[in-house]
Amino acid sequence: MSDLPVTLQVRPGYLWSRFSRSPVAIIAAAITLLMTLAALAAPLLAPQNPFDPAVLELTNGLLPPAWVDGSDTRFLLGSDDQGRDMLSALLYGSRVSLFVGLASVLFAAGLGVLVGLIAGYAGGWIDTLAMRLADVQLTIPAILIALMIDGLARAALPPGVHDAVAIYVLIFSIGIADWPQYARVVRAATAVQKTLGYVSAARVMGVPGPVIVLRHILPNVLTSVLVLGTLGLALAIISEATLSFLGVGMPPTSPSLGTLIRIGNNFLFSGEWWITLFPSLTLVVLALAVNLLGDWLRDALNPKLK
Amino acid sequence: MARHLLRRLIQAVSVMALAAFVSFLLFNYIGDPVNNMVGQETSGADRAALREKLGLNDSFIVQFARFAGNAVQGDFGTSYRLQRPVAELIAERLPATIELVFVSALLAITIGVGLGIFTAIRRDSWMSRVILAVSLVGVSLPTFVIGMGLIYLFAVTLGWLPSFGRGDVVSLGWWSTGFLTVSGLKAVILPAITLGLFQMTFILRLVRAEMLEVLGTDYIRTARAMGLAPATINGKYALKNAAIPVITVIGLKLGELIAFSIITETVFQWPGMGLLFIQAVSFADVPIMSAYLFMVAFVFVAINVAVDLLYVALDPRLRTGEGAA
Amino acid sequence: MSLHRALAVLAAVTFFAGPAHAGNVLRWASQGDAMTMDSHAQNEGQTRTFAQQVEEALVSRKPDLTKIPGLAVSWQLVKPTTWEFKLRPNVKFHDGRPFSSDDVVFSFKRALMPTSDLKDLIATVADVKAVDSLTVRITTKGPDPILLDEITNIFIMSRGWADEHKVTTPQDYNAKQETYAVRHKNGTGPFKLELREPDVRTVMVKNPDWWGLKDNPHNIDRIIYTPIQNKATRVAALLSGELDFLLDPPVQDVARIESSGMFQVQRATSPWTIFLGMNAGRKELLSSSVKGKNPFADVRVRKAMNMAVDVNAITQRIMRGFAQPAGNVVPPGVYGYDPAIDVHLSFDVDGAKKLLTEAGYPQGFDVRLDCPNDRYLNDEQVCQAVVGMLARIGVKVTLDLKPRTLHFPKVQTKQTDFYMYGWGTDTTDAHNHLSFLALPTSVSNATQYVDQPLFDLINAMATEIDKAKRDAMIKEASIKLRDAYSYIPLDHPIIAWATRKGVNVPIATDNLPHFEYARFAP
Repeated sequence: MSDLPVTLQVRPGYLWSRFSRSPVAIIAAAITLLMTLAALAAPLLAPQNPFDPAVLELTNGLLPPAWVDGSDTRFLLGSDDQGRDMLSALLYGSRVSLFVGLASVLFAAGLGVLVGLIAGYAGGWIDTLAMRLADVQLTIPAILIALMIDGLARAALPPGVHDAVAIYVLIFSIGIADWPQYARVVRAATAVQKTLGYVSAARVMGVPGPVIVLRHILPNVLTSVLVLGTLGLALAIISEATLSFLGVGMPPTSPSLGTLIRIGNNFLFSGEWWITLFPSLTLVVLALAVNLLGDWLRDALNPKLK
Repeated sequence: MARHLLRRLIQAVSVMALAAFVSFLLFNYIGDPVNNMVGQETSGADRAALREKLGLNDSFIVQFARFAGNAVQGDFGTSYRLQRPVAELIAERLPATIELVFVSALLAITIGVGLGIFTAIRRDSWMSRVILAVSLVGVSLPTFVIGMGLIYLFAVTLGWLPSFGRGDVVSLGWWSTGFLTVSGLKAVILPAITLGLFQMTFILRLVRAEMLEVLGTDYIRTARAMGLAPATINGKYALKNAAIPVITVIGLKLGELIAFSIITETVFQWPGMGLLFIQAVSFADVPIMSAYLFMVAFVFVAINVAVDLLYVALDPRLRTGEGAA
Repeated sequence: MSLHRALAVLAAVTFFAGPAHAGNVLRWASQGDAMTMDSHAQNEGQTRTFAQQVEEALVSRKPDLTKIPGLAVSWQLVKPTTWEFKLRPNVKFHDGRPFSSDDVVFSFKRALMPTSDLKDLIATVADVKAVDSLTVRITTKGPDPILLDEITNIFIMSRGWADEHKVTTPQDYNAKQETYAVRHKNGTGPFKLELREPDVRTVMVKNPDWWGLKDNPHNIDRIIYTPIQNKATRVAALLSGELDFLLDPPVQDVARIESSGMFQVQRATSPWTIFLGMNAGRKELLSSSVKGKNPFADVRVRKAMNMAVDVNAITQRIMRGFAQPAGNVVPPGVYGYDPAIDVHLSFDVDGAKKLLTEAGYPQGFDVRLDCPNDRYLNDEQVCQAVVGMLARIGVKVTLDLKPRTLHFPKVQTKQTDFYMYGWGTDTTDAHNHLSFLALPTSVSNATQYVDQPLFDLINAMATEIDKAKRDAMIKEASIKLRDAYSYIPLDHPIIAWATRKGVNVPIATDNLPHFEYARFAP
């Protein structure tokens, strides 16, 4: 097992049999799936649209969860001071968090794979330039780069415009901070694949470079990208929450989980524990489930890939 | 070997050049220096004169060279909000951040390495399993949630430790330290745990993995077969070989501590550079943001160089030029 | 050095370092820091709180806002337009310079300069002259019935100190000017400014030579102020015993603070009004997609905005009873307040929609609301609630939350369409609120609403000494301003101060503590 090449391709059957024997993986996958579905179906499931300021009634504010005295059954998990239904806020908030997480991972992976393939296949000065660029960027932690970009966007854009594009700024800032990881792995794998017999054969037969890269090399590096992406997703979700908590992410009128925790922080000592607890718990459970899944996937696919 | 160091040197220089360039763009184009220096009523002629005086009409290259020159001398202009030289502000806040990062790193490294070795040697004990499970939860807990939880438990509910600030500080020249007073030492505990927890779990898992790999190698098996004491094997041979990748990663993680101190400092109102930076972000105080970027890049480059040197010192192969980097 | 030895040395040093400062140290916090130490550069609450510990005016106030002699021992009206003040002898500034009439003349002239934020407050002052070294005369442009109230805000600086440090003109705050006076103060007051680290901490120490000590022998040796913006951190700091006094406990946490039994919470209705201002004078709003006209120029729109905001819900839910609904910008507790005028338009969504339709905006319009997030109690939450309420009549509001140091310049330079602001009293007289919030010359009025008869009325009030006539003028002006609907009055906050048991800081209704009246229990 320990001598597997970086570009191992796994048969789905093998993965499934390992998966079905791991209770941790099953639970983690179930939670991830459930939360993703709930977030996707948020407009159908949520009793109210918490992003529409017109539906928030102050008179519905600060209601406790349904099992506590003084609650209102319309607000299953209670409401915050603005009259925002916590359950709806969590559903919509997870939706924003997952969307930002997924989109930024896709962005980072897309960019990283592209750069990695080109650098690995072309070699020479292109390779050197791309990898030095990745080195330079890896010198500075991703969260700092994301924070810088978000901070700048806030300083440079007029406030109305900023709120509208906040989500894309977040995706860009988290994604751009993460691409070198993918680029490095893909480049290494591509460089190995390039030397293998079938690629040389294809080249001799006159198959154009881009075709070789897309048809023969890309499928072989996707497994590594998948593992990196899953682990990256948990990190991206936490990054988004962190930026929103610091006040440079999603605005309070369209809250993500991080924004909700930022709001909830004001109620840490006030006795309205549900405003603080539920968003924090949701974020931790989501991040943990995705992390467990990524961890398992890494071990299952390639113990060498740390 | 020489080639390796040269490459790292070029990399270090290019990081600094890039950081200086981005800082310069920030400083000159996001925050209009003229608008930020004069009032609404200032006439167009006065503005033009000021532009000339500040050299804003010079060519791009000349302006950048001047900015870089000033930056190297530690001159980043004046903060818009606090109306003080940025360099002075950073010098004032630097000790707080360094001390916090130092204690967190100490915690993360000692506990992380210790538990990592333990879980590798006793890999099947229930204790190891618990530690590993908890460490995964630690990776999934955002820094600010940990901070809020610690404040709730240890500061407010139990009343053991302070919830904010640095406590009493003692000035040693320009450096202000919280290490010499009881309140200062108490104040650093919760923020340091908050900041170090994530890195600690990371180091733990890394050390464990490296140890397991080394313990599985032929020479360790041979040593065991030869009847060497387990303590000798673990301590003298296994740990030493596991140390090299661990040191590299710890070096990089130290840098991350500085980045994540922004969050910890916000939660604990810790008066360091991170708090200064995040306030600068919300106040659009561009000179501080640009200086912070430059400063942090410098620290990271310095750490990277230090790690490289340490690497060379630890791995004899690198010294003789046998191994590739 | 071995680790053991290092630890031993550390322990020894720690032991000897001990508690750094003996005596009674008052540690306090609130959400935002003072904007500057130059007390003439900003007329803002926290800035004044710091000023009044270190500096003194000719006439001072006690926490209950009654006037008492400060640097002047007596005063009299020698002519309808001239007041004569006898100054306190043998007073020294903290740097040792003696205090004399020259410093008073200098300080008033400084406070009247263009970059001063207090110039409007003493706009009636025509001249200040020294008669001898301990006598000054202030001449006003007309008779000014509230001059004594106005000058309680004019803190006296030393001319010699200002010359030495080149701070003879006030800092131009809105131009972000830096001067020596931004971080240094030299006054005659009960405390000396020892350390000023903006955003980190400000330390003041007892002035043992203060002239007032014999009548007011306070036992506060040091005051350490830390601004803590985060609400939870602020409360945690108090609950865990790291603060003796919290100026602004979050309203949601007051019950918990009281129930712990370790603190006392004093409450008082404060002469403040928190309100939203709409720019009615601009041709076209800066932040709206409505072009070529300004919706706020139409009184029906402004009235509709007032009707759509449910001030009762705000005071009960967001402020949790720590505020009373406001219908007028003149707050209770000031001279000329009339509860009959202080009634907000009834909350009426349908009525508001009808008015908007009549005004030609059946679908509403969009606008940006500029709001501070570290100035007033729950400012951010109140603004968010207003966004929701206005959405129900089709007015789409984008919220721009900014710290106070960015928010105030926007209002003061009138670069806003729609903004949250608050006004406390400088003089305990309604004229203060009316002139600052209605007159077009006031830097604190960004409504640009024009009503010449109202302006004339307010200006005439300033020099009217017939009480009955003046009362009628205040009433008429209050009603006129309210019915212009250029403001949406929100609430009059009820302030709550939390102190650790064993420390007493008497509540000041203007929310600006005077620490020389504070006491540690023996």
